[in-house]
Formats: sequence, C-alpha cells, structure tokens
Amino acid sequence: MSYETVSRLAQQGGTVYFVILFLGGLAYAFWPKKKDEFQRAARLPLDEEEG
Amino acid sequence: MASPASQPQRLVGLNLMVTIESKPPTARSGEAVYFLIATVALALVAAAATAASKDPLFQFQGWIFTIAFTLGSFALAAGISSGSFNSPQDRYSDGVIKAGVIATMFWGAAGMLVGCIIAAQLSWPRIFYFPDFGFLNFGRLRPLHTSAVIFAFGGNALIATSFWVVQRTCRARLFGGIAPWFVFWGYQLFIVLAGLGYLVGITQGQEYAEPEWATDLWLAIVWVAYLLVFLGTIWKRKEPHIYVANWFYLAFIVTIAILHIVNNLALPVSFLNHRSYEVWAGVQSALVQWWYGHNAVGFFLTAGFLGMMYYFIPKRAERPIYSYRLSIVHFWALIFIYIWAGPHHLHYTALPQWAQTLGMTFSIMLWMPSWGGMINGLMTLSGAWDKLRTDPVIRMLVVSLAFYGMSTFEGPVMSIRAVNALSHYTDWTIGHVHSGALGWVGFVTFGSVYCMVPWLWKKDRLYSNTLVEWHFWIATTGILLYISAMWVSGIMEGLMWREYTPQGFLAYSFVEVVAARHVEFVIRLGGGLMYLAGALIMIYNLWRTVQLPSSESAAHPANATPAPLALAAE
Repeated sequence: MSYETVSRLAQQGGTVYFVILFLGGLAYAFWPKKKDEFQRAARLPLDEEEG
Repeated sequence: MASPASQPQRLVGLNLMVTIESKPPTARSGEAVYFLIATVALALVAAAATAASKDPLFQFQGWIFTIAFTLGSFALAAGISSGSFNSPQDRYSDGVIKAGVIATMFWGAAGMLVGCIIAAQLSWPRIFYFPDFGFLNFGRLRPLHTSAVIFAFGGNALIATSFWVVQRTCRARLFGGIAPWFVFWGYQLFIVLAGLGYLVGITQGQEYAEPEWATDLWLAIVWVAYLLVFLGTIWKRKEPHIYVANWFYLAFIVTIAILHIVNNLALPVSFLNHRSYEVWAGVQSALVQWWYGHNAVGFFLTAGFLGMMYYFIPKRAERPIYSYRLSIVHFWALIFIYIWAGPHHLHYTALPQWAQTLGMTFSIMLWMPSWGGMINGLMTLSGAWDKLRTDPVIRMLVVSLAFYGMSTFEGPVMSIRAVNALSHYTDWTIGHVHSGALGWVGFVTFGSVYCMVPWLWKKDRLYSNTLVEWHFWIATTGILLYISAMWVSGIMEGLMWREYTPQGFLAYSFVEVVAARHVEFVIRLGGGLMYLAGALIMIYNLWRTVQLPSSESAAHPANATPAPLALAAE
C-alpha cells in the first residue's frame, strides 16, 4: 500500500470512527430513559452519608 | 480508638506513612512484604549502577535513587513489623490524602518562590546573577519553577483530590492496600529527581518534558500504579453510576500515561549514562513534543482540575451540578477536541501548513466545550449566589471558573495564525499561561484544599475565614497585576520585533526589546510576590485549622469518615 492510500484510509476512516463515537456519547447523554439515573447521579457528592 | 497497638507510629522521616489508625487487624501485610522485597532489590540495583557508572550526573541520580529506596525499605520494614499496615478495611484511606494536601502546599510555596526568584532575575539581571553558583542561573531555575508548580503542586493536588473524590463517589476504599502510598512517595521521588536534576544540568531540553530517561522510567512506573489504584477503586465501587468527576480524573490519568511514554521514547547513550536520544527527529519530534505539551495543558491542567471542579463546587454550594447531561457532553467534546490542538504551537515552522491549520481549527472549536463546562459550573450556584458574598472559599472556586473562561477564550484567539504571528515567543504567552495557572489551576486547588482540610482533620470549620478573604483578595490582585503587565509587555515586544526602519532593517535589537520591558517585569514580580503571600497566608490558616480541637460531630456530611455500612460488610 502506498503512503497516499494509508493516509487517506486513516484520515477518512478516523474521521468517521471518531464522529460515530462522539455521536454515541451524545446519544448516551440525551437518552430519555437515563434522565432519572443522571438526576440521582448529580446528587452523588451531596448524598454521601446515605446508602 | 486507641488500643496500644493502634497508636500512630513515628518512623524514620516517613511518619506520615503510618498514621493510618489500625483497629481490627486484617491480613494486609502480605503485599507490603512484596513491596519491601522490590524496594530492597531496587536499592541494590541503584547502588550497583551508581558504583559502576563513570558519569557524574548519572551517579548523582543514582545516589538519589539509592537513598530513597533505602529509606523506603526501612519504612516498609518498620511498618510491617509494627503491624501498622493492618488498617481496617471499613474506612476510607484518608492518611495518604492528608499527606497529599501537605505536599501540595509545600511544593506550591516552593515552586511559587522559585517563580519569584526568576522574575527578579529578569527584572534585575545584574544583582540576581550569581557567577559562583551556576545552578542558580535562570536557565536552570526556570524548568525548576515550571515543573514545581505544574507537576509538584498541581500533580499532588490532583492525586490527593482524586483519591478523595473516587472513594466518596464510589463509596469504596482505595484499591491496592499500601499501593496508594507507593504512588504518593514514588511521585515525590520523581519530583526530587527531576528538580535536583535540572539544577545539576540533567535535561533533555523539551518543555514540560525535561527529565531524562531514568526519571521518565520511574514516573511511568508510578503513573501506572496510580492508574491501577484509581481503576481498581472504580472496579470495586458500591455505587452503580460512575460520577462524572471520576471520568475527568480517569481521562487525565490515562492520557498523561500515553503522552508521557510516547514523547519520552528514547535510547540511552548507555545504561550507566544519564543522557538519551529521542527516537523522533526533526519536525516529527517537534510535533510529538507539542502534542505532548499542549495535552499536558489539556489533560493535566484542564481535565484533571475539571474533575476537582465537578466535585468540590457542587459539594461546597450544596447544590447538584447545574446539568448532569451537559457535564457528559462537556467531557466527550473536551477530550475529542483537545487532543488535536497541539500544532498551534508550531505556526510558521517546518510543520506542513495543513497540520498548523488543523491545530488552529481544533483550538477554536475548543471554545464550545470549555465554555460549556464553565457555564455548567457557574450555573450550579443559581439560587445560591448569596454564598459568593458570605463564603470566600466558594468565591475562590467560582473565580477560578471565571479565569478558566477567560484563558480558554484567550487561548483560541492566540492560536489563530495571524494573532500568533504577534504573540508567539512573547510575554503574552507567559501572561496567558499564568491566567490559566494562577487563576484557574491555583484557585480551584486552593478552594478544594480549603474544603478538604477541615473534613480530613475532622474540624468544624477553618481557623479563619478572614484570612481566606485576605488570601483571596491579595492573590486576585496579584494575578491581575501579573497578566496585565504581561499583556502590555508581550504586545510591545511583538510590535518592536516586527518594526522595520525605512531602509528595511530591523528597528530594534533583541536586547533593546528586553530593556524596554523592565517596568513590566517589576510589576510582574510584584504580582507574583502577592500570589506567593496569599499561599503563605493559606498555609498558616491551614496549620492553625489542623490545631483546632477536633469535633466528632462536625457539621459537614463529608465528615462521616466511617464509610457506609455496606462497605464494612465487605
């Protein structure tokens, strides 16, 4: 494989891969079912003595 | 509390190590024995290498290693024989955090003092030049200052707070028995090796990556141990959700490990010589160095301290973080973008222009996550803004976010090629770094330490809120003097460098530009001295706080040091 082929694969493949990963992160953050879990998680530093 | 065997023991210079109270002895000395064997072996190897080497600088390092491993062996042996490592497993490990807080304040004051000395050397080169003491030259002291404040002050603050936060939010004791103590003392050894190394002239000449191969190897070992302690604690957590602060801390630990190893891939001249040569050469070396250098800013000085912010601001404000969802988006956006920003350090160099443009573009994109995170932190106070007036500690934390917002606005502007043409290599950069370092990193650390000290030493309150007020105002004024002096000085410097005479010659020689900045240098020194004075006031305040009578029923919930019952049932 030539340098051009490798670099094109790395650049285009890398872009697609990272964008998909990032979208996955966004989907996780905004997943409707996660809302309650996140609200509870936000209180973690405040509710230290319980549980 | 105090059966005779459980009295905190004093040891050869390492008394911190064994102040963990011990009640029900549990079989924990086993792993300490392995640590002891390894430490004795390392002491012997270090002594043999020191004896065999003909390189005085290598021998100097060898002596430090030998002395440190010997002291470590004695401390481990004494600890094992007295049974003080058999600490109860139903409590959080707080001894190592106390040691970390002490180290943070000690190295902080030392590093800031060295900063003031080199600022004085720049202001009055004649009287602050010591021909008989070569190791006090600006060139030797400058990396001592940067490493002391970034890695010693900042690093100890990150290790101490991460150990506090991960235990509390995972409801689990630190993983690894005495491994956290290895991380602590191993890191101090790294600091001593690096700092004394610079003074005697051991350096590979790469910014923020000055230590040579032997010190680099040692840091790699310590850092992997740190990663294992942190991951192991998360692994055995009792709380199903991993709180967002831990994500930031973990990103910081993992990324620093990768950056450190890749940027320091090098071949030693020989295994008995201090010097090594990098595997990277030319522009590749420059790119790897600034990929490392800028992500030291992005992951050490930003992601790690954001972990601190996401725990201590909600905790101190007694309000949950403004938007937990935003904190997750903040996290992923920050780490996906930061890693590409390094090439903006290499504008107008041999680096291909497309790579420079890429670095610049990603730097500008960083505005979004940086300000998203700042807004998330600031808005946490919505409905509790009155605390800014009454509680100087939370004011310090909030002002740290303001400086974070300011320097993450200034940074992208400076990364634009046309602006960089004026700002690069000038004092503007120094001012920018210090608005981030003094304003953001320093203040968020001070605020967190002011929170933690009464919790750790089980006090109701700080010794004096008035002294915190003094610290806050002196330090804030000092930062403003510092950064405004550097703006003036830096822009003047950049403009003088690009000034031509009608005949097409450069209008000013280099030394004329240096001389023109004398007043700004003196103002900068004044700002630095004020910041140092604030830190010394803080140390006094913390010292008096520790001496206050302890209160078992301290008001703050974090004082519930006996971990939840679930932990005890383990």
